[in-house]
Amino acid sequence: MGLRIIKTIGSGVGLALLAPASLHAEWGFNLTPGVTDVSRSVYDLHMTIFWICVAIALAVFGVMFWSIFHHRKSRGAKAHHFHENTLVEVIWTLVPVLILVGMAVPATATLIKMYDFSEAELDVQITGYQWKWRYDYLDHELSFFSNLSTPREQITNVAEKQENYLLEVDRHLVLPVDTKIRFLLTANDVIHSWWVPALAVKKDAIPGFINEAWTIINEPGIYRGQCAELCGQDHGFMPIVVEAVSRDEFDAWLLTARAEEEAQAQAAERSWTLDELMQQGEQVYLQACAACHLPNGEGVPGAFPALKGSPMVLGDVAAHIDIVLNGKAGTAMQAFRDQLGSVQLAAVITYERNAWGNSLGEAVSPAQIARLLQSADGEGEQ
Amino acid sequence: MSLHAANRKLVMRLAFGCVLMFGFGFALVPLYDVFCEVTGLNGKITNTGPIAASEADTSREIRVRLIAVHNEEMPWQFGPQQGLILTHPGEMKQTAFMATNPTGRRMVGQAIPSVAPAEAARYLHKVNCFCFEQQTLQPGESVEMPLLFVVDKNLPEHIRSLTLSYTLFDISPEVSSTGRGEKEQSL
Amino acid sequence: MSTLDTTLETHSDEHHGPARGLGRWLFTTNHKDIGSMYLWFSLLMFLVGGSMALMIRAELFQPGLQLVEPGFFNQMTTLHGLIMVFGAVMPAFVGLANWMVPMMIGAPDMALPRMNNWSFWILPFAFAMLLSTLFMTGGAPNFGWTFYAPLSTTYAPPSVTYFIFAIHMMGISSIMGAINIIATILNMRTPGMTMMKLPLFCWTWLITAFLLIAVMPVLAGVVTMMLMDIHFGTSFFDAGGGGDPVLFQHLFWFFGHPEVYIMILPAFGIISQIIPAFARKRLFGYASMVYATASIAILSFLVWAHHMFTVGIPLAGELFFMYATMLIAVPTGVKVFNWVATMFRGSMTFETPMLFALAFVVLFTIGGFSGLMLAIAPVDFQYHDTYFVVAHFHYVLVPGAVFSIMAGVYYWLPKWTGHMLNERMGRLHFWLSFIGVNITFFPMHFIGLAGMPRRIPDYALQFADFNMIASVGAFLFGLSQLIFVWNVIACVRGGRKAEARAWEGAEGLEWEVPSPAPYHTFAEPPKLPESVR
Repeated sequence: MGLRIIKTIGSGVGLALLAPASLHAEWGFNLTPGVTDVSRSVYDLHMTIFWICVAIALAVFGVMFWSIFHHRKSRGAKAHHFHENTLVEVIWTLVPVLILVGMAVPATATLIKMYDFSEAELDVQITGYQWKWRYDYLDHELSFFSNLSTPREQITNVAEKQENYLLEVDRHLVLPVDTKIRFLLTANDVIHSWWVPALAVKKDAIPGFINEAWTIINEPGIYRGQCAELCGQDHGFMPIVVEAVSRDEFDAWLLTARAEEEAQAQAAERSWTLDELMQQGEQVYLQACAACHLPNGEGVPGAFPALKGSPMVLGDVAAHIDIVLNGKAGTAMQAFRDQLGSVQLAAVITYERNAWGNSLGEAVSPAQIARLLQSADGEGEQ
Repeated sequence: MSLHAANRKLVMRLAFGCVLMFGFGFALVPLYDVFCEVTGLNGKITNTGPIAASEADTSREIRVRLIAVHNEEMPWQFGPQQGLILTHPGEMKQTAFMATNPTGRRMVGQAIPSVAPAEAARYLHKVNCFCFEQQTLQPGESVEMPLLFVVDKNLPEHIRSLTLSYTLFDISPEVSSTGRGEKEQSL
Repeated sequence: MSTLDTTLETHSDEHHGPARGLGRWLFTTNHKDIGSMYLWFSLLMFLVGGSMALMIRAELFQPGLQLVEPGFFNQMTTLHGLIMVFGAVMPAFVGLANWMVPMMIGAPDMALPRMNNWSFWILPFAFAMLLSTLFMTGGAPNFGWTFYAPLSTTYAPPSVTYFIFAIHMMGISSIMGAINIIATILNMRTPGMTMMKLPLFCWTWLITAFLLIAVMPVLAGVVTMMLMDIHFGTSFFDAGGGGDPVLFQHLFWFFGHPEVYIMILPAFGIISQIIPAFARKRLFGYASMVYATASIAILSFLVWAHHMFTVGIPLAGELFFMYATMLIAVPTGVKVFNWVATMFRGSMTFETPMLFALAFVVLFTIGGFSGLMLAIAPVDFQYHDTYFVVAHFHYVLVPGAVFSIMAGVYYWLPKWTGHMLNERMGRLHFWLSFIGVNITFFPMHFIGLAGMPRRIPDYALQFADFNMIASVGAFLFGLSQLIFVWNVIACVRGGRKAEARAWEGAEGLEWEVPSPAPYHTFAEPPKLPESVR
């Protein structure tokens, strides 16, 4: 361990000094130039300002270190007694102003470009939730949630971490290249922020308000990002994955995605065994519920109630269904009716009623939940 | 002037200053309304209510996108009748949002509008909007909530697309606890 | 700290030595005692806040969740920030002001000595309340030191109410302290000391005091609005009731930006005292230094939204805040040039205070450069809420403000204690701190640029190496501070006897009185010596 530390520090310092700038991005030193025209402008602006700062630093510290070396008492230096020089002071006030104006011009141009929200071909609504994103392809009637898909065992150091640790999700935001895409951002609960470095898009998602951002992606590929505003416990666990594909592939994907949603709806109609529901339910539970209620169902006293041995879970199934579907006002318990499909809802409720020794032996069927979700005039109970 | 009298005078002046600042704080309520009207800041203001009819400017087509968002505690089904409306500046448009209360209890909701881009907000006149009132729905009840709007002719040239979003908030507990009468939504 | 009784004549019964026992400290109105209490308190808070930082860095040593839960991690980041800002840096500067300002202007004490006592004693209670939230149900505040709504209102743990009360108390302490400083400096200068002869430490503190009075009430207003939203059904920051979460940010940062200048202007003052002393040369451009400080203070009111570039501000607003923020670089640069010009053609020696002062100039300037980069709004979209920002503010606050406080402590310890510091131990502390601070915070620039967000307890694998380096640096820096504690205590207890003018090139009225300074100094206003500027 100690040797690893020394090697890491040594190589870090060495690389910092030796590796050329273009390598740095891969080694995690520098901003990415990204895959859009805007991200490239931003990168160029960043490097320009950086080199200007380096130049000024060399000049100022150069004089300072020279002075530290030469003007020291131990070398016999005698103090000169000047403490004013109006000309010099004017110069070193005006020159920085001119440098700043020089920086401000390209910065202004890039910012104006970033604020041009017109003429988008595709609108995607992005909603931040605690702790996942929801994507709505407006005009295409497709919407889904995107959750972190890194297995818990990797996070708790039981399993080895894989390549895209903490930057992988169950459903990518698929987007077409060479198309102007407008993002409409909002949030469901607290302020989140949607950020994909390769696109140079970062915009806050604010509950009750709508924000706009746009991009035109030049190259197909997978681009990963993270939530960039503290939003509670799992702020670090709600990544973003954009998958940019050609326009034809995008159109094809849209059809497949919608077909899959259809298939999900139909799956709800068939009959499921208790074991099938338990298996599915455990997965849903770990992904959607365990963050608060814990994998062992014991919850966090004072914050999130225990489900193991809970009177709510062991009691009337209608009340249990109601709280999972509709949440509980005034608490952190969300309404999951929009976030999970009928199969998943039925499975997780079944799981909760039968796991950790809760063994009620009864199942809730997906068809039953599907009907509840559809009913416009039915009572909320069974 | 004796020291005592001088101190008294100072104290009186300071106390008067306190009263003045306190009053200023109160006066800020109407003052803010005036400030927002004059500057047009914040976008969520006075461009509501009836508007003088005028001819539509058919040379410009404006795309108005309508979005529904639920706040997390809001289990209602809520969505626009039409997600995208093509209109012209000056033209009166009518549409609606649908809402359903699928739970087993009576609930009250409040829709909060937001417009993007922010600078377009003052050019979107909501003549009649369900967001003006709280909406009460009985268990299982559904409702169609009308929206009448006009895009102002003075909308800047470079804006060709607007998004109007409504976020639905559950305000049931507050309404019942303070006893504020909820207004029945009118069709 | 100095328990020697006065050698001055006693004209009235005011001139007795200090009282005995605990009562002395509870009821003292003496600026030296109160200054000492502030400094010891701030040192304690620095160690507490530092331990929290070490917990954070320990968790971030490797990817994965090893030591703490994400919820507790958020509590640590929040409390670390609050304690360092309000409990370590600000009280330390107030402590230095209390000790030195009256002596520097030839005044016998602060203008309002009883209020001074109360300003201090509020703080232990405020921080006891804040730290006790760790033991409450739901845990301590976990919404970041910037406590944005609605995370800090609707979604906050029950302890948020105690957090709000603690902030109120700290604010009252700061406001009263600021009033005291202004009243003292404006009214109690010795005859002949015009404003443009004030030592720069007094000038920077005078300006800081005005900033405090202007913005602490805004902070009090914001947290009161939070309290209303949480407990009394208002909707200032809740869109559901017609309010706006972004309003919170505007109000908070209107306080928050001047606040960071409150934390650095006194540092500028300290450095402006120390460099001339050890270069044996008067400060270059005294008048410009005063005007630059005032410009920085005024500009600091106009830039708050540069913390909010991603919130959805209209274009005109973004441009204004970008330009105004870039402009602050000008007076700040002028100050740096003036310090270098003071060194230039001086006759420098490098005792411990000077080492810290020189490190301040270099490292604070580096922090200033990253600040300039952050000011560029379009690029800030990539930097905002990443470790690049964390690197920036830690550079200006740790090798910035904290180093200047240590420089000031080492510089004035002989005056307070009558003993010279053990220079070898001072140098050891300096070099370990200097190396530690850079190993900790320099890599954060890289991981921020590479895409690591702030306030996360676990991270993707490409950030692992630099996080490990930063954590090693943090432990090095943290443990080195124990040397500082040792140095201070050792200097209190003994050491080579200090002269009145403990450092050869030091100038100012404080160096005219004996070391250690008598309990009461300047009962009669002194005549300004020729050399005092």
